[in-house]
Amino acid sequence: MTARAWAGTWFLAAAGVAVVGAVELAWPGTAARLTRGLVSTDLLIRAGLFTVVLVGLNLLMGYAGQASLGQAAFYGLGAFASAIFTVRAQALGIPASVAGAWWWPWLVMLLAAVAVGAFALAVGWVILRLRGHYLAMATLGLGIIVYIVLRENLGMPHLNLTGGFDGIVGVPRLRVGGAELWPVQVYYFVVWAAALASMALGLNVVHSPAGRALRALHGSELAAESVGVDVGRLKAQIFALSAALASVAGSLYAHFQAAVVPDTFGFVPSLELVVMSAVGGMSSIWGAPLGALAVLLLEQLLRTHVLGLVPAVSGELEPVVFGLVLVVIMMFWPAGLVSSRRVQGTAWASR
Amino acid sequence: MSQDSLLRVERVTKAFDGLVALSEVSLEVRPGQIKGLIGPNGAGKTTLFNLIACCLAPTAGDIVFCGRSLVGLPPHRAAELGIARTFQNVQVFPGMTVLEHVLVGLHRQAQAGLVACALQTVRLRRTERRLREEAEALLDRLGLLPWAEVPVETLPFGLLRRVELARALAVRPKLLLLDEPGSGLNPTEKQAMSQLVRGLRDEGITVFLVEHDMTMVMGLADEVAVLDHGALLCEGPPHLVQRDPRVVAAYLGEGDDA
Repeated sequence: MTARAWAGTWFLAAAGVAVVGAVELAWPGTAARLTRGLVSTDLLIRAGLFTVVLVGLNLLMGYAGQASLGQAAFYGLGAFASAIFTVRAQALGIPASVAGAWWWPWLVMLLAAVAVGAFALAVGWVILRLRGHYLAMATLGLGIIVYIVLRENLGMPHLNLTGGFDGIVGVPRLRVGGAELWPVQVYYFVVWAAALASMALGLNVVHSPAGRALRALHGSELAAESVGVDVGRLKAQIFALSAALASVAGSLYAHFQAAVVPDTFGFVPSLELVVMSAVGGMSSIWGAPLGALAVLLLEQLLRTHVLGLVPAVSGELEPVVFGLVLVVIMMFWPAGLVSSRRVQGTAWASR
Repeated sequence: MSQDSLLRVERVTKAFDGLVALSEVSLEVRPGQIKGLIGPNGAGKTTLFNLIACCLAPTAGDIVFCGRSLVGLPPHRAAELGIARTFQNVQVFPGMTVLEHVLVGLHRQAQAGLVACALQTVRLRRTERRLREEAEALLDRLGLLPWAEVPVETLPFGLLRRVELARALAVRPKLLLLDEPGSGLNPTEKQAMSQLVRGLRDEGITVFLVEHDMTMVMGLADEVAVLDHGALLCEGPPHLVQRDPRVVAAYLGEGDDA
């Protein structure tokens, strides 16, 4: 009964997503016209991709209480796996009959998610023993290592698998049978199907024994262990799930952007993910789409509407204003825009 | 030592960076009894509990529960084997309701992996319904049902002790470790707690408890062990232990010249 209490809201959200997509499909550019260039299909797709990542990040940070400052690394691993195994399939000795098949990129996406999840499981087993700042630092380090490995061609420059600084171009569009899932108005549906599916997955976890155990270990690992919760294992599993989701989002990104470069998956993107998670509300799955949309809209608003008002400033002002807005949001909505828990006053009032 | 002991602590020593918290402590808890553990502050009572619950590993010695050694096991395995506990400083899960606390206690019974949870399998939902009924029955027994849907942080301290107890009982323990179940409670609540603990013993749950309130522990325990400075001072029925000159001396802060 309670397990499906979210279903109504979810279907409403799915209907909203479908309506927006249908309008954009029938009359491309409608959203941009109605919002004076603020909202575009492109922005909505990015929001959908980040939603997939943020569902995992919220489970990890908001529910289990384990910080990750390196989540963009898993996003990047998924993106590069998809790019490498589609663009460089021939060089890797994959027969053209396989690499050319429509299902090949989908299979790569799936296998990449499994592999990235397994990688996170192994890493998580070790680093999730750390707590608080130490864990944050370890994940930060992990993110930087992965970024450097991608940038330095996996340490094998002669093979040139990742393309180094320049990355990989020419990633093919996704197809189903003979039909290409393109233009963007069509791809929007692919991305948001993934976003809605990941939200359903996240909501299922939250409303299950595992979700309760996650919140319990967040509150007191000692007490959770004392009733038989295998804390180390559960933390590693949720870390793996969040990594696998990030990997899928990365693959979808690669096929959307058609090009991947390591800089998209460095430290700053990892921080941006944490910001989105915090703005949306970490301890809620609904915080994922809202956080992604809110931050992307804010960035776009600054770019198109606000900064133009100030003459003769370079792009450097954008992060400054962005930072200020975030400070204000955190002061007045410390638990994010949506919060499953009632916050005891704001951070401001509790001083 | 007798074969029928539920828990046997055998010459256990625990040192923290050279500081000896427990030294060569041996004692046993027999099934169906309420055993009390007393001693002045810093005597090593909570350390012993943490060792039994596998939150700490002994430096030397062995702890045997139901015929198997607990040494080296992670704490969640101790719970699986049937050891549940409450904490001296109440350990609750902020933001979670009373019912959810008990449901976490029933975690082991859910037998649900992360994948099954993510997909909300039919079997999982059936199990969930059953667990909810079981949790409500347990809350009813402890008189907590009216607060089932209340977040714990809004509850008074006396009720939190009972929530902890309910969560521990959800594990269906053979051995229940209670770390100062009476502390922070008013006399009426203490009496109710004693009544509750006696009831649990009568249902066949063995209880091992640390308690500072002498009236409470002497009235409740079938047998009492006394720790002082990390060593076992004496052991026996409450009325004998109470009169033991060594115990009196330890509590009065005298030397061991008695």
